[in-house]
Amino acid sequence: MYDVVIIGAGVVGGMVARTLAKYDMKICIVDKESDVAMGATRANSAIVHAGFDAAEGSMKARMNVRGSQMMESVCRELGVKYKRNQSLVVGFENERSEVEAIYKRGLANGVEGLSIVEKDELHTLEPNLNPDLTVALLAKTGAIVCPYELCLAAVGNAMDNGAALELDFEVCGIEKADSVYTVKALDGREIKAKYVINSAGVYSDEIAAMTGDADFTVKPRRGEYMLLDKECGGFTTRTIFHTPTKMGKGILVSPTVDGNLLLGPTATDIEDKEDTSTTAEGFATIFAKASDNVSNIPFNKVITSFCGLRATGSVGDFIIKERDGVITLGGIESPGLSSAPAIAEYVEQLLADKGALGEKKADFIATRRPMHYYRELTMDEKNAIIKKDPAYGRIVCRCEGITEGEVVEALTVNPAARDIDGVKRRTRSGMGRCQGGFCSPTVVELIARERGIPFESVTKFGKGSIVNYGKTKGDM
Amino acid sequence: MATMSKELVIIGGGPAGMSAAVAAYDAGIRDILILERDKSLGGILRQCIHNGFGLHRFGEELTGPEYAYRYELQVRERNIPVKLGTMVLDITPDKTVTAMNGEDGLFTIDAKAIILAMGCRERPKGALNIAGTRPAGIFTAGTAQRFVNMDGYMPGKKVVILGSGDIGLIMARRMTLEGAEVKAVCELMPYSGGLARNIEQCLNDFSIPLMLSHTVVEIHGKERVEGVTIAKVDENRRPIPETRQFIECDTLLLSVGLLPENELTKSANIGLDRITGGAVVDQNRSTELEGVFACGNVLHVHDLVDYVSEEADIAGRAAAEYIKGNTASGRSISLSTDGKVRYTVPQRISANENVTVYFRVADVYRDVRIVVRDKDRVIINKKKQKVAPGEMETVTLTREMIESVAGDNLSFSIEK
Repeated sequence: MYDVVIIGAGVVGGMVARTLAKYDMKICIVDKESDVAMGATRANSAIVHAGFDAAEGSMKARMNVRGSQMMESVCRELGVKYKRNQSLVVGFENERSEVEAIYKRGLANGVEGLSIVEKDELHTLEPNLNPDLTVALLAKTGAIVCPYELCLAAVGNAMDNGAALELDFEVCGIEKADSVYTVKALDGREIKAKYVINSAGVYSDEIAAMTGDADFTVKPRRGEYMLLDKECGGFTTRTIFHTPTKMGKGILVSPTVDGNLLLGPTATDIEDKEDTSTTAEGFATIFAKASDNVSNIPFNKVITSFCGLRATGSVGDFIIKERDGVITLGGIESPGLSSAPAIAEYVEQLLADKGALGEKKADFIATRRPMHYYRELTMDEKNAIIKKDPAYGRIVCRCEGITEGEVVEALTVNPAARDIDGVKRRTRSGMGRCQGGFCSPTVVELIARERGIPFESVTKFGKGSIVNYGKTKGDM
Repeated sequence: MATMSKELVIIGGGPAGMSAAVAAYDAGIRDILILERDKSLGGILRQCIHNGFGLHRFGEELTGPEYAYRYELQVRERNIPVKLGTMVLDITPDKTVTAMNGEDGLFTIDAKAIILAMGCRERPKGALNIAGTRPAGIFTAGTAQRFVNMDGYMPGKKVVILGSGDIGLIMARRMTLEGAEVKAVCELMPYSGGLARNIEQCLNDFSIPLMLSHTVVEIHGKERVEGVTIAKVDENRRPIPETRQFIECDTLLLSVGLLPENELTKSANIGLDRITGGAVVDQNRSTELEGVFACGNVLHVHDLVDYVSEEADIAGRAAAEYIKGNTASGRSISLSTDGKVRYTVPQRISANENVTVYFRVADVYRDVRIVVRDKDRVIINKKKQKVAPGEMETVTLTREMIESVAGDNLSFSIEK
């Protein structure tokens, strides 16, 4: 019997778990995928928005501005890379009034560090911008973060403080009896808890419906991205947005905390909540729109493309409410990542108001070792570790310089990776130029060894995503 | 952290590195160290268990491991030191090599000379911008080869191969022999990038269709590949929508090009050739950084390992001469190309001696002449029935020809 069950292990669910783990409460996080951070958290713009986009007075504006203020210290505690690289909303001369409107909205939302930048200064700040751009809003608090790293760290920290994680747990029903909710999974597993927190992303409407709440629906909005090689990471220093439309903030060009250059997203409303396929039209849109903002982008340096689904709710704002022990965090689309720490804080307050929070734990572990701590060590520090464990001297991923020791950690440290993509998100092995060509067989071998499963049972991302079908003829 | 110094450090223990080490040793150098990232010597040859290696070098058909073993024996016979499982992380312009392994940890070597022999890697899917899903079942041909030949596992049952590079062709046969059904090999270009003999022996002998001017436009399947949509492309390599067709498969193998692995070369600030992706070198395979040499697929992608060994011998001997203080020079002739000849290796000549120039062409050309000119004077005029991008060409410039060059440039062209 748990105090709280959190449905959905994305960055919102993860931050909620981590925040509640400070208290003497039994927490269980469930997710239908075989790893955390598999929904919108896996594939988004990786931006901590300053908070000037959402309408004044909206939940989005409130959560975004507060989340942006909290993010740096949250990342520091959790050992997550965070960089306040600033952002620019650029416009052509005929878009000047829109840029100014965003500036005013930002001021109304309480965003600090905003200013209008004119042409000369703009092109000095970012020499690769389209020379025809004449005006921009500069947001000094704009920042970048790795969303799945933040989610992994938050869930990991919650688990270090006692939270449970149930994966491949696809919720098919929620029942209530005697003030206790029973959350049922398709495979028959059941979790009982006093409170249910619905952070199920694109499925948050369906989870809400299982608790009798049919007030809103969520539609997936497809966003396609392209990621460029690390040699392009400095192409722009700041995150470059164009003046937004009602479909979103347009195609951005941004460095990532890992040093790549990210282009995207497109914005297409679709029906299928699982359809994360990329399209030829999407690639063409990204090429065209990104080039409106930044000139001569080296498109031949694309190393991968991917697609994420934003959970676009039917009410135009975040849906955050508590009813009868169910806390709904619905329709958390952009700026969901930026808002996640603030949403967690809000949930904490909701539960406090109900007297549901336990005592603060005396032994709460507030910090987590950075996921990529090893690469930051000095040579002498690395040698001390290699002496104890030679696996830290054996390179598995040559493009990113990831060692066997780091892969083994990814497979053992909370929340432990179970498949190739899980190892990749934790270590970056397979994320470099060769995209796993050289390291994936070794990673498969290490997963099989550490998890004690047959080589051919290792998957790319759980379920039916098997890598090998079985042994060759010679071994039969 | 341990620091040592060596006369010659060779980065990579594949066919290029081993051959260069043996050549340097035989030229009198004893203080050599080979650094190899894998668990044994041999490089990518270890997983190339098919035959066809060594026809030029040994006059017989060997498998990849056999070819590699011959060189490994030569390395062992000479007691040339090797560090296995050792990854080189950095080379500085003053030739300090930083490397790491499980036994020694991180260590540095001050080298008098360095031979770069890191090989190449396969171009991954991401670079191709193929639309669709990202399920399991998409591999480069080399990764699949490693699973089948080294690990003993089958990464697919029904296979489509994109790209007709040699590894793709070899894997079409290999997967077929292991019981998989290879449904098609799609090639974007109107000609194959692989060797003619591989098309014959790996595709035609097994009735595997080679679909020229075709590409994969979409990948289907949520968890594992369930199929691909292919389409014919027009003369600008754009897919023609009405030719789209679905092929059911569980595996997509990619053989869409090899890229010399020159991250370390870049870290030493050594200039690269935009076309080959490898260092710019002279006839000794000496890079622009004095005392640093390059050979094998890190320099330019070869189609026969025999040529890799040949090139490594040159680099090994030249490194030995450099270490002994014999740096011959006197000439500085650059080699230029007309575009139909895409590149040459070497890119420059710095001494009056016989030089074999290796090059590749940009397209398939029939009944042409390979012409080498010193300004307007034709030095070489060699007839060819057919030249193709998949087959490396050579011409040999004699010492007399080079001595006779009046200018500082030799131009290479393909003419009717």
